[in-house]
Amino acid sequence: MIDVIELRNITKIFPGIIANDDITLKVRQGEIHALLGENGAGKSTLMSVLFGLYRPEKGSIFINGQEAHIANPNDANRYGIGMVHQHFKLVHNFTVLENVVLGVETVHNGVLSMAEARKKVVELSKRYNLFVEPDHLISDISVGMQQRVEILKMLYRENNILIFDEPTAVLTPQEIDELMKIMKELISEGKTILFITHKLNEIKAVADRVSILRKGRLIDTVDVATTSKESLSEMMVGRKVMLEVEKKLAEPKEVILEVKNMSIKSKHHGKNAVHNVSFKVRRGEILCIAGIEGNGQTDLVYGLTGLSKLSSGEIHYKSVNLADKSIRYRSISGIAHIPEDRHKHGLVLDYNLAENLILQTYFTPKFQNKGFLDFKKIYTNADQVIQKYDIRSGNGSRSITRSMSGGNQQKAIVGRELETNPDLLIAVQPTRGLDVGAIEYIHKTLIDQRDQGKAVILVSLELNEVMSVSDRILVMYEGEIVGQADPAKISQQELGLYMSGSKREEVIE
Amino acid sequence: MKAFLAKPTVQKIVAALLSIFFGLIFGFLILLVASLLREKASYPFDAFYTIFTGGLRYTGLRGFGIILRFISPILLTGLSVGFAFKTGLFNIGASGQFVAGGFTAAYIAIKWTFIPLEYLWIVALLGAVLVGGIVGMISGLLKAYRNVNEVISSIMLNYIAMITVSNLISVIKDANNPSRTQPPLARIPTLGLDKIFGSNTADMGIFIAIAVALLIYVVLEKTTFGYELKACGYNRNAARYAGINDRLGITLSMTIAGALSGLGGALVYISAITKVFDSLLVLAPEGFDGISVALLGMSNPLGIIFSASFIAILKGAGPSLARSGFNDEVVKIMTAVIIYASAFSLIFREKLGALINRKGTKS
Ligand SMILES: Nc1ncnc2c1ncn2[C@@H]1O[C@H](COP(=O)(O)OP(=O)(O)OP(=O)(O)O)[C@@H](O)[C@H]1O
Ligand SMILES: [Mg+2]
Repeated sequence: MIDVIELRNITKIFPGIIANDDITLKVRQGEIHALLGENGAGKSTLMSVLFGLYRPEKGSIFINGQEAHIANPNDANRYGIGMVHQHFKLVHNFTVLENVVLGVETVHNGVLSMAEARKKVVELSKRYNLFVEPDHLISDISVGMQQRVEILKMLYRENNILIFDEPTAVLTPQEIDELMKIMKELISEGKTILFITHKLNEIKAVADRVSILRKGRLIDTVDVATTSKESLSEMMVGRKVMLEVEKKLAEPKEVILEVKNMSIKSKHHGKNAVHNVSFKVRRGEILCIAGIEGNGQTDLVYGLTGLSKLSSGEIHYKSVNLADKSIRYRSISGIAHIPEDRHKHGLVLDYNLAENLILQTYFTPKFQNKGFLDFKKIYTNADQVIQKYDIRSGNGSRSITRSMSGGNQQKAIVGRELETNPDLLIAVQPTRGLDVGAIEYIHKTLIDQRDQGKAVILVSLELNEVMSVSDRILVMYEGEIVGQADPAKISQQELGLYMSGSKREEVIE
Repeated sequence: MKAFLAKPTVQKIVAALLSIFFGLIFGFLILLVASLLREKASYPFDAFYTIFTGGLRYTGLRGFGIILRFISPILLTGLSVGFAFKTGLFNIGASGQFVAGGFTAAYIAIKWTFIPLEYLWIVALLGAVLVGGIVGMISGLLKAYRNVNEVISSIMLNYIAMITVSNLISVIKDANNPSRTQPPLARIPTLGLDKIFGSNTADMGIFIAIAVALLIYVVLEKTTFGYELKACGYNRNAARYAGINDRLGITLSMTIAGALSGLGGALVYISAITKVFDSLLVLAPEGFDGISVALLGMSNPLGIIFSASFIAILKGAGPSLARSGFNDEVVKIMTAVIIYASAFSLIFREKLGALINRKGTKS
């Protein structure tokens, strides 16, 4: 078999860190080649080198046996290389079609000619079952759809080496299944795929071979069929990882939060995004809100944390009605929030890590005196959190957050919120983009919180996480709570019926 | 050495110096070409020299004293633009805030005779700060509550302020000499600087401007208030998530930016500079100089002290340059090239960073 890509002795250095250390990687024509590695191991960096976004300090790239000089993404495109980034690169106020042709527009006599492009886009979309609407605005379509637009961009450019950087981190389980199908389809057409993911199941499901990176170095490339999940995670982290969650039975205590008839208007349509929802959360339990993305979970959390106003209803928390209280009031009274979108809400990307770690507490006596920030304490605090949550970056507490790897950004948020020692933790997709080692740690911490008598609301699209971490499940469908379940007693299939709206029952407490 | 060059601050300064260098080279080329085309302009080297020294055309301290009058107003408008920029806003309205503040100061210093004379200048400055702040606040409120782009609203306010002031000039016109306004009853104290420098335009204004720059630096970099404002600027959603009142933050940022420009206006109109209000409907150039100053100073208050001084020296050279036969527009072109170059400074910085890294791995 021929190696379509050969990366030889690639070294890429960032201030304070060797992101890729003498990596040699061979990819065969027509395979799905997975990249696995801890957060910050250098996966995105290596792929960015291949795609021409970074120039390596050392090393060379061979495409089909010929040395390739890739100085920018246009060069990469000439070699047939396309990339879907961890954080998408789409123009939000452009349509799907405009985004797809951006940079390779067909021009007749200086005038854009979209008709041909449209034909090709519609054809491609049909052939690969992508179902994209060429005239929808990016800002109006779901994350899953946006990703398909990114895929379409590569297909439109007739790329045959496709790089997917954590494509499944932002997708719903259904969307993941569909993506896997699309990937197999692409392979059958003779394309080659490089696939970064933290989910061992996905590697098992589609990949032929997998390369494992640790701390910038290539550990090994192995066949997926003959390697177990356990040994994969061991190679990657360097120790044994518990893939199953261990916990004792919950001992729910008094009610800490009671939501009564909460409704929130939708920003997109005339109906309510959250409609007449009531539920209770007790100290000492992890309550999971499950559901297919877009069924009101996001808005429910916005309502609880104060990011959205309620149109009606009450939120009783420690015997205060929070409905009209500010976001600050809620966070001071012990509610912490790990937000769904780490770049939109979770971080000020242009602040350094230490500054981000005090986002919820900068005004407390711990970090300021008479309005002046106490930088000494701010940096000591950062060093402690970095240590405790194993946040890795080039310049430690002084790293600009934008330059950190996606998983380490997430760890920073999780660490910051847990360090406020909240009575009620609202965690939305807390393990999104984390490696198995970090996931193990976060799950353990959530359970610790519970065992200390704190309450946790977990919102997750990941059924595995829902089933293994939570003590009680509420299912949301079209803004309403349609069912309650005990994870020990319900099967994933039955849960799926609630989530898709085929089954519902009155939830009475 | 390598560690030193790798520091972001050092790279920023080097990049700014490179921009200045390009601007100067370009200016010199223009002088060369002009000297070939124009008979009167025959000494390009002398002219180039004049660009730096012309501002200090009176030798010694006197020249220095005169240049001070150019520094303080653009230092403040530069701070105004730079402060807004650091908090994620683009204040193009410095010009309007500047005249509004200047007029208010002049009006108070002429008409408010009920205030004891020794305090009058202070009240005039405060009035300028207040009115400049209000003009800025309008853009801030529009942005915070109605999501109106502050660039648009502040450009519009430039004209509104200019036209309003030119209609109000008649109130403070000198009855005997209608082409002038009445002289202010109180001026900014000179603290004896006029004696030291031998120029009556040297007054306390420069100290006020520098003190304000230091204050702004401290507010932005050391206080929780600055932390909040910058968070609103960098990522409004994250600021809201952290419980910061983002609307208040945006409104306050623009208000402070306006107040700074307003103060800049006061420093001009109640000093010995005796600048008169234009009824010709021209936007105050100090406002736009503020944009150049802020860009070259990379919005850092300390950087702005230097960039304001530098640009003031260049501007001051205009008349002398004209006397040696060259067009004083050369100075404006040079300033423009420097600003363009500093807009590219990000590229310089990246190249510089790459160069340092490359060297680092070889050795
Ligand atoms: N532009 C940059 N500037 C400085 N450091 C960077 C930059 N990009 C990445 N790094 C650093 O290089 C290291 C590798 O980052 P990279 O994004 O490749 O990790 P990753 O393996 O993709 O991790 P994750 O699974 O979290 O996405 C990290 O420590 C990161 O902080
Ligand atoms: Mg990555």
